[in-house]
Amino acid sequence: MSIKAEHEIHQRRKGRNVGVGLMLAAFVVLVLALTFVKITGGAFELPRNEETQ
Amino acid sequence: MTDVSYQHQTHEAEASLGDYFALLKPRVMSLVVFTALVGLLAAPSSVHPVIAFASILFVAIGAGASGALNMWWDADIDAVMKRTVKRPIPAGKVTPDEAKVLGVALSGMSVVMLALSANLLAAGLLAFTIFFYAVIYSMWLKRSTPQNIVIGGAAGAFPPVIGWVIATGSMSVEAWLMFALIFMWTPPHFWALALFMKSDYDDAGVPMLTVTHGRKATRLHILIYTVLLVALAVGTAFTAIGGPVYLTVAVVLNVLFLKGAFDIWRRDEGQAEADGYAVEKSFFKLSLLYLFLHFGAILVEAMLPAVWGIWA
Repeated sequence: MSIKAEHEIHQRRKGRNVGVGLMLAAFVVLVLALTFVKITGGAFELPRNEETQ
Repeated sequence: MTDVSYQHQTHEAEASLGDYFALLKPRVMSLVVFTALVGLLAAPSSVHPVIAFASILFVAIGAGASGALNMWWDADIDAVMKRTVKRPIPAGKVTPDEAKVLGVALSGMSVVMLALSANLLAAGLLAFTIFFYAVIYSMWLKRSTPQNIVIGGAAGAFPPVIGWVIATGSMSVEAWLMFALIFMWTPPHFWALALFMKSDYDDAGVPMLTVTHGRKATRLHILIYTVLLVALAVGTAFTAIGGPVYLTVAVVLNVLFLKGAFDIWRRDEGQAEADGYAVEKSFFKLSLLYLFLHFGAILVEAMLPAVWGIWA
């Protein structure tokens, strides 16, 4: 008799891990988008005197 | 502990992602997202869509975090009440410690991220809201005073103010009007629920008004708070966030709400028992629609100038 490797608990755990992975990926994309918007939107503009030097 | 018993326990305790999501009180989160979004869009400044999306998401995560902390602290009460017995902790799917860690971690993450995406004032307000709901309401007021719902309602009233602050970076009268709308709406909404949930709060030892002052006093309180709410809700029509659409919606809803509160006040327990608390249940359902449509009308008023601009 072979040992049953896949238990219901493994499927549940896998589903949870995939879910957390997707959420982390989405979070990275969101931070990237936020950074892009903040930089291009002028939130991080250098003061005028430094810019002209 | 043998291997067999260990495996069995692990199997029972292994939570799915959905169980952790349920800890965040998704239905409350949806109300938070909606009211915060209305606050943000009704504000007289525009925000980049990415910043708006991210900021509202972090407010929602903060609200969810306070929900998880509430479920951790109230696990003993939730296990007794019929309405809450299927929540992840009393159902044995998630341990109280897991809920606590999730709540603390998400609280910190949401506040820091909101400070980065919007501004420090919005982040400070979110931190205060989480603290107010988890500590002031859940840990202190809920088990100590029948005014728990009245004061604790402030926690649910902050999201539109946070939305407004995300857009403007400051607070104003209009933001506090939206706060007041939810603040005054909360007591009649929850007291109607307490009336038809009958012994739930009693069994759990939560000093709701129905338990400490009786049902007759609760019915009177619903009417008094509704009268005050009606004045506030209709009066808001004549402020910067109001207008003809809001006024029309407010008049219709407030007439219905006032009639519902009056009907609840007129009844006694015998009449309520006879029809299965039909009036109280319909008032509760109406209260959900009431809040949604008032904020929907504020949103429409905020969007109208843009819509006219497109059509002109």
